[in-house]
Amino acid sequence: MKLTGENIIEVENLVKRFGSFTAVDNISFQVRKGEVFGFLGANGAGKTTAIKMLIGLWSPTSGKANVAGFNLFTEAEQIRKNIGYMAQRFSLYEDLTVIENIQFYGGIYGLRKNILKERAEELISELGMESFRKELIKNIPLGWKQKLALSVAMIHKPKIVFLDEPTSGVDPITRRQFWDLIYNAAEKGTTVFVTTHYMDESEYCDRVSIMVDGRIEALDTPVQLKKQFNAESMDEVFLKLARPTEVSSKQ
Amino acid sequence: MRTILVIIRKEFLQIFRNRAMLPQIIMMPLIQLLILSNAATFEIRHLNMHVIDQDQSQASRQLIGKFKASNYFELSDFSFDEKHADEDIMQGKDRCILMIPKGFEHDLMKEQHTKLLLNINAIDGAAAGVINTYALSIIQNFNQQIDAQWINQQQFDQQKILNTPYSFWYNPYMNYKTFMVPGLIVMLLTMVGMFMSAQNIVREKEIGTIEQINVTPIKKAHFIIGKQVPFLIIGLVQLTIGLLVARWVFSIHILGSIPLIYLFATVYLITLLGFGLLISTMVDTQQQAMFLAWFFMVIFILMSGLFTPIEAMPQWAQNITKFNPIAYFVAVMRMVVLKGSTIKDILPQLTAISIGGLVMCSLATLRYRKRDG
Amino acid sequence: MNRRRFFGFLQKEFRHIFRDRRTMLILFGMPIVQILLFGFAITNEIKNVNVAVLDMAHDDVSRDITNRILSSEYFHLYQNLHSEKEIEAAFKSGKVKEVIVFENNLAKNIYSKNIGNIQLIGDATDPNTANTIVAYTRAILLNYQQELNKGSKPPAIIQTEVRMWFNEELKGVYLFVPGVMTIIMMLVSAMMTSISLAREKETGTLEALMVSPLKSWQVILGKVIPYLVLSFSITLLTLGLSMFVFHVPIRGNIFLLLGEVLLFVITALSFGILISSIAPNQMAAMLISMMGLMLPTIILSGYIFPIDNMPVPLQVISNIIPARWFISMLRDIMLKGAGWSVVWKDTCVLAFMAVVFLFLASRRFKMKLR
Repeated sequence: MKLTGENIIEVENLVKRFGSFTAVDNISFQVRKGEVFGFLGANGAGKTTAIKMLIGLWSPTSGKANVAGFNLFTEAEQIRKNIGYMAQRFSLYEDLTVIENIQFYGGIYGLRKNILKERAEELISELGMESFRKELIKNIPLGWKQKLALSVAMIHKPKIVFLDEPTSGVDPITRRQFWDLIYNAAEKGTTVFVTTHYMDESEYCDRVSIMVDGRIEALDTPVQLKKQFNAESMDEVFLKLARPTEVSSKQ
Repeated sequence: MRTILVIIRKEFLQIFRNRAMLPQIIMMPLIQLLILSNAATFEIRHLNMHVIDQDQSQASRQLIGKFKASNYFELSDFSFDEKHADEDIMQGKDRCILMIPKGFEHDLMKEQHTKLLLNINAIDGAAAGVINTYALSIIQNFNQQIDAQWINQQQFDQQKILNTPYSFWYNPYMNYKTFMVPGLIVMLLTMVGMFMSAQNIVREKEIGTIEQINVTPIKKAHFIIGKQVPFLIIGLVQLTIGLLVARWVFSIHILGSIPLIYLFATVYLITLLGFGLLISTMVDTQQQAMFLAWFFMVIFILMSGLFTPIEAMPQWAQNITKFNPIAYFVAVMRMVVLKGSTIKDILPQLTAISIGGLVMCSLATLRYRKRDG
Repeated sequence: MNRRRFFGFLQKEFRHIFRDRRTMLILFGMPIVQILLFGFAITNEIKNVNVAVLDMAHDDVSRDITNRILSSEYFHLYQNLHSEKEIEAAFKSGKVKEVIVFENNLAKNIYSKNIGNIQLIGDATDPNTANTIVAYTRAILLNYQQELNKGSKPPAIIQTEVRMWFNEELKGVYLFVPGVMTIIMMLVSAMMTSISLAREKETGTLEALMVSPLKSWQVILGKVIPYLVLSFSITLLTLGLSMFVFHVPIRGNIFLLLGEVLLFVITALSFGILISSIAPNQMAAMLISMMGLMLPTIILSGYIFPIDNMPVPLQVISNIIPARWFISMLRDIMLKGAGWSVVWKDTCVLAFMAVVFLFLASRRFKMKLR
């Protein structure tokens, strides 16, 4: 494994077991600074488990990992200062308003009052949510909620933002807007680590890793992957990777 | 430090936004206090007594008159028939039967020795004991009165008498509400605090927001403190309402120092909320949190000396109450409010509860994990 | 076809509930711990009360009486006081419940003037305890007085024969065990059912079931039957404990008792269903069961506080509390050995309540579905 300053995430032989079940089986990869890194796989392939280890919610069973230059095992608190996370399950408070949610999450990241105020205004105008400002979260449409959740996850300008299936259940137009936000963040130098099971979305990523049954079966740029597997689309790449294991699991 | 304020602000926003919550927090305890203080009484007065007077003599009527005059007994039924009386006890109508057998007066005058029969429904053993004492002392009194009449007739020796005047301090009118209200205030603010804190963290777990907080660099202690403070403030508000009601509705004058009450209440609430949050970190669902909270709550309340005296418990049970925060607060409230005890008097309780608070908060902080195994 | 579907559903519900080990542990563990704890500890019998003695006489009589008082199981000497000023402090420390004051020259007064004074001061913050303690002390003193007069010829003696019915040894357990059982049943039946149904409402699974081919009453029945079985077995457990650990007798007919238990479980479950039909979510269901159910059950049912001592309006209110009827039935059957002729009224009331609860709940649920 090559350890250069260019890599913002470095993972080596990471394993997570729940009892006898191995959810993440010995994965290794690096993510470069500023790239949009796609983490693909079917439901239950181990994507969420992997992401929860990298952001310090779950302890790995074994392996090594550095995130944002800090050791995952010993410097979890340092890592937390430098990352943002948007969960698969919607995580804003339904009974708080848009602005109250922003203020709350900004506040627990320790943003100073004046900075927080500035950021909040910036964020609301960027999303075009002025009219929703004082609306309770439970009263606004899902697409808006998701975009807001993403922005809130980045309110403290983290070095890396982890997105766990951010677009599931969202209509195509909002998905498009959502990816605009992701590119925007990447342009400003934020590394984006995103899991998805929409194969078309993987085309938007700089590099893509494909997880099958807890292992990373392929990792490259979308173009290279298509070439390697002799496929028209990422969809096809995925099917070719997934099929053999489906067969083997039936045996 | 600022992160604590951020959490406090958010908790308050959520509490006040929930329209159903606020009345629950303020009105329920109030209503309960008004109702419970009237219901929770062991005052043993006006007990229904069934009288079977088979003698129908002057002496028997005198004796019955004595019972009538006492505050303790309500002579609800008269009959000549034991069977009828037995049925009344069976159906729970009467607490006891006084049976004056035929020849009561005759034996008393002629033989200087006569008999009475007292049947008591003893399902409530303690009350039965008290009824027994009351009844015997009335009979005794009647006996002495008759003796005195005879002594005056110089037929018998002078009797030695032990005079036993008695007085009741702090509550001369023996008002049971005066006794119950301070304790009930404790119970009510405890219930709300305990349940709200026990369901709080696990609720965030259930709706998923806890993960979002766990990935932030927030300090665990800050998180716990931020969760405690809003409930602490609510608890103190409830205490204030309770004390005002005690003063204006029940006319209970606080003899001791009010700041002392608040000091103790603060330490107590920190302990209690720490415990509630500890439960919340240990369970997976709100339902489990409720059961655990309910379980401890019932034990804490029933073993707190609030309803039944701690001294009456066996020694091992009394030892258990040393770990019961409610027991301390109930005792302290009664001491400070009713007797005017000072900080010197309640120092043992204050020390114990402070240690408890420290332990609970540390445990809650330790048990709250930002990273699962 | 429909019946088979229903049994399949029922089976699933059973599995669902019994698989949750943690909740099962809580459900079975809690009653055991509580009934043991309360059976032993909750009592209003007065024993080992701390008293202080201010003996200004220091003679044979005062010492004699002190010994007499302390040798009874009711009193325990906490401290000897030396002046009247110390009385206040003794009470304020919260340890002493009664102070006994012997006057100067007690013995001399008794033998020369035939009258001696002993003052009793009770801490009446707890009026009941104070009253009882003082009454006990006076009884002991009266006894002593009679012994003082032993040599002389007593003018007349009224001998009172006392019979304690149903509970000769005046055990506190007899009073509290039926109450504890009732509280536990209320918890398991009403609270569990209401919270678990509210939870399904919250997560939307109940709606999904309602649109299934199963009839809505079948859905509710399927949800409730496992809790019925659960409650009934937990009650048997507590009943067994109270019989074998506390030796609380069952003097009446055991089948009558079990029948009434079943009736109460059904009433409580119906109430749980009613709560869940009203409550929008778990939190509300919990608060309603807590505030509206548990507290009144503990306070107004006669479990701890005798109903006939309460003010009349509360006595009236207590009539609508199911536990009140059940506790009185339990005491009648278990302790008094009463039969159907005594409990039929209570039985009708409980059955009527169950029907009303179910009727209201079904109307609420139907309204929702429209």
